[in-house]
Amino acid sequence: MAEPFISTPVMAATAQSPIADALLPGEYGNLAIGAQVALSERFGLAICDVCAWPGLETKTANAIKRATGLAVTKRRDAVGEAAQGFQHAPGRWTVIAEDPSLAERLTRAVSANATVVDLAHGRTCLRIAGEAGTSVLAKLFAIDFAEKAFPVAKGLATSHHAVLAQIQRVDAQTFDLLVFRSYARTFFHALTRASEEFGYRIVPPRAGEPET
Amino acid sequence: MIIPCPFCGPRDLAEFTYHGDAARAAARPAHGSTDQEAWDRHVYDRRNPAGSHAEIWQHAGGCRSHLRVVRDTRTHEITETTLYAPEVSQ
Ligand SMILES: [Zn+2]
Repeated sequence: MAEPFISTPVMAATAQSPIADALLPGEYGNLAIGAQVALSERFGLAICDVCAWPGLETKTANAIKRATGLAVTKRRDAVGEAAQGFQHAPGRWTVIAEDPSLAERLTRAVSANATVVDLAHGRTCLRIAGEAGTSVLAKLFAIDFAEKAFPVAKGLATSHHAVLAQIQRVDAQTFDLLVFRSYARTFFHALTRASEEFGYRIVPPRAGEPET
Repeated sequence: MIIPCPFCGPRDLAEFTYHGDAARAAARPAHGSTDQEAWDRHVYDRRNPAGSHAEIWQHAGGCRSHLRVVRDTRTHEITETTLYAPEVSQ
């Protein structure tokens, strides 16, 4: 087989956040009982879409597992230490990781079973954490955020008006939201306004990964 | 109206786009056909039933799959949703 096309990895050192001017660390809104939500950007992530050819979904899930260590299957999404993956459409997975070699590792692992598209330049990953997180998200999306309906590790695709969003539950009170980079500024604004009644904290970014 | 997507589960109508009848009243003529009446029937004739109706929807605001949905046009009750696989879309 010919040498596969490998996209240029994320260059976190020179990349710029689309919400840098809005990501002002501090506490805002109704702070009567303190900030109940923490908002941050997971900046500089490697973000890939993996699309299996028909009939090759199981082989593709296994390849994602080999490339990332994630226990994804055709039926199960996964959150790991170094990567996260979820099926957002039949035979299509979103895989994110901090390691910029993600696209190359996935491309080599899936071989001819699937295609890998590097979306790092086109998506922004926002994180919402805290006890009021599900209340904020329920204002923005027509999705059941109860843990029984939306268990830890599950990811899905939905939309907030015209803003398509992919959402993965990282733990009981933490969600990662992937939105188009061009909508990130507007969506982050909506997120802060929805969080006002609960009090929110904007977490300062560190080099690479912001803390939550 | 809530449409139960076979992949995503029940979702709000706002996430879906209507793509037309799943069962046309008149079959598509052959590509080379110049039978104007046959094309006219295929393009414009609709059964327009008061009751069970097979239709194509796309879950554009979710998994983006095309679905075959059977909906009652009087009550909006949905009795069937399946992924609209390429092999049945020809
Ligand atoms: Zn769907």
